[in-house]
Amino acid sequence: MKPGLFQYVRADDVEKAVSLLQEFGDEAQLLAGGQSLVPAMALRMALPDVLIDISSIAEMRSITLTDDVLRIGAGCRYVDVLRSEDVARAAPMLVQAIPFIAHEAIRNRGTIGGSLAHADPASELPACMLALDAAIVLQSASGARTIAAEDFFLGTYSTALDEGEMIIAVEIPAIAVNQHHRFLEISRRSGDYAISGGAFVLEMDAGIITAARLAFFAVGDCAVLAGSEALLGKPLNAETIDQVAQRVGEEITFYGDLYNGIGAKRQITKTLTRRLLAQFPGMEL
Amino acid sequence: MDPLIPVSYTINGKSVQQQVSVRTTLTDMLRHQMGLTATHAGCEQGSCGACTVVVDGLMVRSCLIFAIQLDGARIETSEGFADDQLMDELRRNFADRNALQCGFCTGGMLVAAHDLLSRTPHPERAEIREKISGNFCRCTGYEAIVDAISKTAQALPLEDSGK
Ligand SMILES: Cc1cc2nc3c(=O)[nH]c(=O)nc-3n(C[C@H](O)[C@H](O)[C@H](O)COP(=O)(O)OP(=O)(O)OC[C@H]3O[C@@H](n4cnc5c(N)ncnc54)[C@H](O)[C@@H]3O)c2cc1C
Ligand code: FES
Ligand code: FES
Repeated sequence: MKPGLFQYVRADDVEKAVSLLQEFGDEAQLLAGGQSLVPAMALRMALPDVLIDISSIAEMRSITLTDDVLRIGAGCRYVDVLRSEDVARAAPMLVQAIPFIAHEAIRNRGTIGGSLAHADPASELPACMLALDAAIVLQSASGARTIAAEDFFLGTYSTALDEGEMIIAVEIPAIAVNQHHRFLEISRRSGDYAISGGAFVLEMDAGIITAARLAFFAVGDCAVLAGSEALLGKPLNAETIDQVAQRVGEEITFYGDLYNGIGAKRQITKTLTRRLLAQFPGMEL
Repeated sequence: MDPLIPVSYTINGKSVQQQVSVRTTLTDMLRHQMGLTATHAGCEQGSCGACTVVVDGLMVRSCLIFAIQLDGARIETSEGFADDQLMDELRRNFADRNALQCGFCTGGMLVAAHDLLSRTPHPERAEIREKISGNFCRCTGYEAIVDAISKTAQALPLEDSGK
């Protein structure tokens, strides 16, 4: 349970971090909150030769809301996001979702960038980013690029990050007046990884659904969107909810985990979909 | 031998200089180099909460931070509350209510309980449960721990309520 030896370098700004990434290539790993990487190192599943500590980069710790775009620096910890008024205003989903992530002590260190880069299929934030139609801002020594969340998550622990690239921020379109966010997960114990989870955004006009992004996590090899079309042009009622739950069960390629087989995952995800849709305005019991 | 790098901290109110290897976790630095063994090493992978300490005002897992990352930080361990009335009350109520058996989880539980009551002096039982949800106890079944924290809270003056 002790990590292997490594070389430790601290980057105080993004420029330094990307130049170190370029210098050390795939021998190096970034260290942000350490809440996934350090356990992996303790188990010697990760044995980086060089650790580039990015946890003190101040420019990645800011949260801003300008022109209806919420920008969250990759170095923001879950606790920073949870406490931000701009986040509460522009992306209420994150305030609903973050309490489900791990436990307080871990939320006090773990970062947004770390969670997205780690891309655990059971993680809450990748699904939130899909549902919120977020863009992920990447930086390397040769420049910056922005990629839609939908194109970023490729599979289990696999993302579109190229060698030498790091996440510096996410950009989320602020919630519109006719939009609603809901988040829910089903797990055995509070703080455990979910058996199935959902992050839903609905847009409604006079009781009819005009746009929908239903994202799921802990169900397949990475966070996925499913069932959204089945809602379009429909009123939100028991019949619609049944149809959507059915579609979600058909569209997702489910993966089992240690404790739940594919059949259980499908069933639980359909139940989750029903419960979550029933929480939207007009459906509250 | 690993190369050693000098770092300084404020630990339980005292400034401290240490030489650490890059791979020494905060848990091991506290236990092996400082002799502060109330911070326990349970799972050493972030699951159990036995190693809970407070760094710069936030409750964290000391097994998931390398000591070298914390140059200049203020660290509070469960030993650090010698003259703290709230911690005294917590300890007394833990003992009275049998909220510890083997005691392995107790240091982490006390740090979490103190952190909770110093922010939220009159928490609901559900808030107490949520706060210690990351701290495993293999002996008590938790009920006694929640009781002890709850009893401590009940004795706190009402006007301090941070809610
Ligand atoms: C007991 C326990 C329970 C947990 N439960 C949950 C849970 O329920 N849900 C959940 O989502 N997570 C959970 N986690 C994981 C936690 O959320 C991690 O904090 C998070 O996944 C990683 O963030 P980090 O900042 O700690 O990243 P680190 O551990 O520092 O890094 C993780 C990976 O991301 C890379 N990386 C970090 N930052 C960047 C960046 N800016 N750009 C590119 N790459 C980067 C690192 O090189 C590393 O490969 C749990 C962890 C523990 C220990
Ligand atoms: S020893 Fe740190 S959480 Fe178990
Ligand atoms: S008293 Fe034994 S683990 Fe809690």
